[in-house]
Amino acid sequence: MPGFDFSNYNRNAALHAQGMPLPKATSTGTTIVGCIFDGGVVVRFSAIPLRPSMNLFPHPIKPPLSMIAADTRATSGPIVADKNCEKLHYIAPQIWCAGAGTAADTEFTTALISSQLELHAMSTGRKPRVVTCMTMLKQHLFRYQGHIGAYLVVAGVDPTGTHLFTVHAHGSTDKLPYVTMGSGSLAAMSVFESKWKAELTQEEAVELASEAILAGIWNDLGSGSNVDVAVITPEKTTLKRNLIKPNEKVPKQQSYKFARGTTAVLNEKIIKKSEIGRYVSVQEVPLESDKMEVDS
Amino acid sequence: MAAMFSQNPLMNGPHYATTDAPKTNNYREHRFYPYTDNGGTTLAISGADFTVMAGDTRHTAGYSINSRTEPKLFKIGGTTADQHDATIVLSVCGFAADGNALRDQLDTICKIYRYRHGKAMTANACAKRLSTILYGKRFFPYYVHAMLGGIDEEGKGVVYSYDPVGSYERETCRAGGAGGSLIMPFLDNQVNFKNQYAPGSGVGHDLQERERRPLLLNEVETLVKDAFDGAAERHIEVGDALQMFILTKDGIEEKILPLKKD
Repeated sequence: MPGFDFSNYNRNAALHAQGMPLPKATSTGTTIVGCIFDGGVVVRFSAIPLRPSMNLFPHPIKPPLSMIAADTRATSGPIVADKNCEKLHYIAPQIWCAGAGTAADTEFTTALISSQLELHAMSTGRKPRVVTCMTMLKQHLFRYQGHIGAYLVVAGVDPTGTHLFTVHAHGSTDKLPYVTMGSGSLAAMSVFESKWKAELTQEEAVELASEAILAGIWNDLGSGSNVDVAVITPEKTTLKRNLIKPNEKVPKQQSYKFARGTTAVLNEKIIKKSEIGRYVSVQEVPLESDKMEVDS
Repeated sequence: MAAMFSQNPLMNGPHYATTDAPKTNNYREHRFYPYTDNGGTTLAISGADFTVMAGDTRHTAGYSINSRTEPKLFKIGGTTADQHDATIVLSVCGFAADGNALRDQLDTICKIYRYRHGKAMTANACAKRLSTILYGKRFFPYYVHAMLGGIDEEGKGVVYSYDPVGSYERETCRAGGAGGSLIMPFLDNQVNFKNQYAPGSGVGHDLQERERRPLLLNEVETLVKDAFDGAAERHIEVGDALQMFILTKDGIEEKILPLKKD
């Protein structure tokens, strides 16, 4: 397990004591949601995820599916740092994670657990389970006592069924049929609490999750821009990047192109390519050199 | 970012209205805070014979929107409550409750002046009086960035901008509030032509600056809309709608344009 480098800790603590503020991390502001639902057709069961054995039931019931959705605004204080960031993170082919909180923490935590889960899957020779992923996340986050500011919604399908969890930065977890997190979680939850039901077709569920995200986009200042959705079925995962784009930039009313020569040039020096060896060391590389070995 | 989901409600929010945030040491200090920051941005540009005052209509508290239609621009010193014959506009950005109190106080003073002198207050007299009002609360200030727009005695457009305790200056243009720091450099470049040189007018330091000229009304309106669209893109507290007052010798025209609502 890789660790963090604490070599600047004492210096930073001394600076902080003298009144120097901590640097501001990019927060994903964020509305993220997840929900599970029946795959449509004949509906018999409520939110309880079906076990494989239940498929023996005479009626043609599709197993429940799960989905997660997120907005795409990243903020740094009151400034929008990224208008179209990706908050839906890959963990395994059938396990995905929506992240709120500190952008770097959600990014690195999900990447770390994804890597460990892949190794675990290869070691056991089985498909990774959502509970395993959730447990690894909570144990990792608990160890850091909330200092890793990752607030996650974990969703996926594995051989034991469909699962949906939330994981808080301090390590607590929840297992619910519909969940929301981030600064827009209240706005999004108000939509779920009034409209969610177990009997939803896939289209209806995408519509519902999008509406929950949109509630966050309009009513929470930390959330904004577009809607991303990922639908996870036992067969495949479909990532619908920028499914809804309700905040296209309005075009400027005039051109702000400057006439050539508007910027003052105080000094000009041209270095020819043939003379560049005087300033830097140059090594010719053949165009068709050894390519880096990569999996493909 | 632990602060973002802190149990202490004061710790949540984009930033504080004042510099000392509540401490999270072993002890917690409980205190009453008389100020909040309601976000928003205002902008004023004066022209040869007009002044444009503009502000967005979003009213916020932390990450919440209180209103999408709350004006920050107020007509001042008309004969009646509806201000139909007013010639001066006050814009206030920052703590909205203080802004409203300031507007009421200045309007009352202008009305009393009209009653006593039998004529309306001039823009520069009103500007000086506003400074006095602000400084009168030197040790419990109105937490606002105020701007005053009007037409001066020579018929030229005027803009006065103030700090919270009454220091003021006549300017050609000024952006204030949450998005002020985003808009002001754009104004320096596009209104005062800063950092622009006349192409081919010389070499190196001999290059001549682009000649300054007063902007036309339609040019100013274009700049104002583009400035606010830009600020709404990148500042979370700016958006919903743009309210514009165009002041000329013939009176005040109001325009309301849409802005992004996310």
